[in-house]
Amino acid sequence: MSVTLESRLGTGWKKPHFIENPVLRWGLIIGAVVYLVLAFASVEVNWSRVYEGLDRGWKFIAAFSSPDFTSRGADIREGMIESVIMTVTSTIVGIAISIPIALGAASNIAPLPVYLVCRFIVSISRALNEIIVAILFVAIFGFGPLAGFLTLSFATIGFLSKLLAEDIEDMNKVQAEAIHATGASWLQWINYGVQPQVMPRLIGLSMYRLDINFRESAVLGLVGAGGIGATLNTAFDRYEFDTVAAILILIIVTVMALEYLSGMIRGRVQ
Amino acid sequence: MPTSTNASGEKIWKLRTRNETLFRWALWLATIIAFYVSWMKISDQTTWFFVYDAPRIAADIGGRAWPPRWSYIDQLGGAIWDTINMATLGTIFALFMAVPVAFLAARNTTPSKTFIRPVALLVIVSTRSINSLIWALLLVSIIGPGVLAGIVAIAIRSIGFCAKLLYEAIEEIDSTQVEAITATGASRWQTMAYGIVPQIMPAFAGIAVFRWDINFRESTVLGLVGAGGIGLQLQGSLNTLAWPQVSLILIVILVAVIIGEWVSARVRGAII
Repeated sequence: MSVTLESRLGTGWKKPHFIENPVLRWGLIIGAVVYLVLAFASVEVNWSRVYEGLDRGWKFIAAFSSPDFTSRGADIREGMIESVIMTVTSTIVGIAISIPIALGAASNIAPLPVYLVCRFIVSISRALNEIIVAILFVAIFGFGPLAGFLTLSFATIGFLSKLLAEDIEDMNKVQAEAIHATGASWLQWINYGVQPQVMPRLIGLSMYRLDINFRESAVLGLVGAGGIGATLNTAFDRYEFDTVAAILILIIVTVMALEYLSGMIRGRVQ
Repeated sequence: MPTSTNASGEKIWKLRTRNETLFRWALWLATIIAFYVSWMKISDQTTWFFVYDAPRIAADIGGRAWPPRWSYIDQLGGAIWDTINMATLGTIFALFMAVPVAFLAARNTTPSKTFIRPVALLVIVSTRSINSLIWALLLVSIIGPGVLAGIVAIAIRSIGFCAKLLYEAIEEIDSTQVEAITATGASRWQTMAYGIVPQIMPAFAGIAVFRWDINFRESTVLGLVGAGGIGLQLQGSLNTLAWPQVSLILIVILVAVIIGEWVSARVRGAII
């Protein structure tokens, strides 16, 4: 029996497929292709309008080389200040409200009825988009930063309570029990047994939320809830791309600074 | 151990030293002052009469909005389809663009740490820090209103997010596997395909589904600035003060978002 080189080498190695079941694999691939074809077919594009727009798009990109901070300087400054105060107040109020809700939404601390109520608040706050909440608040409380402040506080509650509650649920039981064993009251137990364990995470999340709130405050103005968004919207409507570029640069720089700051603070506390 | 002495000379345990306590006290003071100053500014710009009147207005709007106009729902089917498409196609385009950016931004795969990495990081930061609604506003003014503007807006906004999470995943890979592939004499591309990609695949799939969920929420409101989807119907109803339609649209959005979250949680559970 002659042994050929091929049989000695055996069959070549093949990369295993990401999804091993062939029926599922092909089903998913065909489903995805059908969906994509249908989806692309349903997108109506007015190509002549797009072509016309390219010119404007180029102007927008070119505007970044000559951002105009001065001609609408007063509006920009006012909008930025409003955005910042909305961010600061809503973050502080949001944190203050989310801490009790987070304690209530942690299943290892709260009794079941409290747990369910707090989880319900969290899921309502998370399911509603900020812009939609802002529209409702503007309709109810009138135009201005108050509506934005309320919107951002409401959104902060859902975000912070959920993540903080998860951290409380993951905490080390032994430390909390040790405090219990000293005969501490409930408040002392929370303050000395639970709080030190979740504090680094709380600070990190708060800084992160401050960052998100600033970014969100930049769009709330589109629906009349105060902040830099209103100025930005006006600039877009007038095709003043120089001013738009200036505002966007300010937003990006502020977000970068906040991210750097929060990174530094998180690095220190964790 | 931080202690303090009481009147009779006994030492008492304290949680923090004096300097720590002072620092914390100063931090609290600064926070309260910042809050007070900001609050006064907000208060100045608020017409408090409207706020006192708010419960009545809320009840009034609630009364107008209820019951929702259920018959309007057959006009929302197309809008929901557009919304889903904006989220899905936007996420797909974003992933196509995010992968190269992520590889250029990760410390261990970037071709040049001094030149290319900062550029990639700048792309990530600038696309991430601007909300998709602003991108939509911009794109509507550039390429005209419609679903396409929404798709592109979602795609651009998601590049930074996906690339950031992806490059962090790339930086955390196990370098021994990459070394093993390199040791077989694999080329640069082969190392990437067989050493790096399999390691980041689960993270990639997770990021894609996670971002799709966020994009779906965001695409429900992009219509407010003219970028298609169910937000367009919402804007129309708000402008004509058709509150029963508004309440129906809000219910549809809420249900759709909850279903979207459920789907993405299931898919993520299946992948990871």
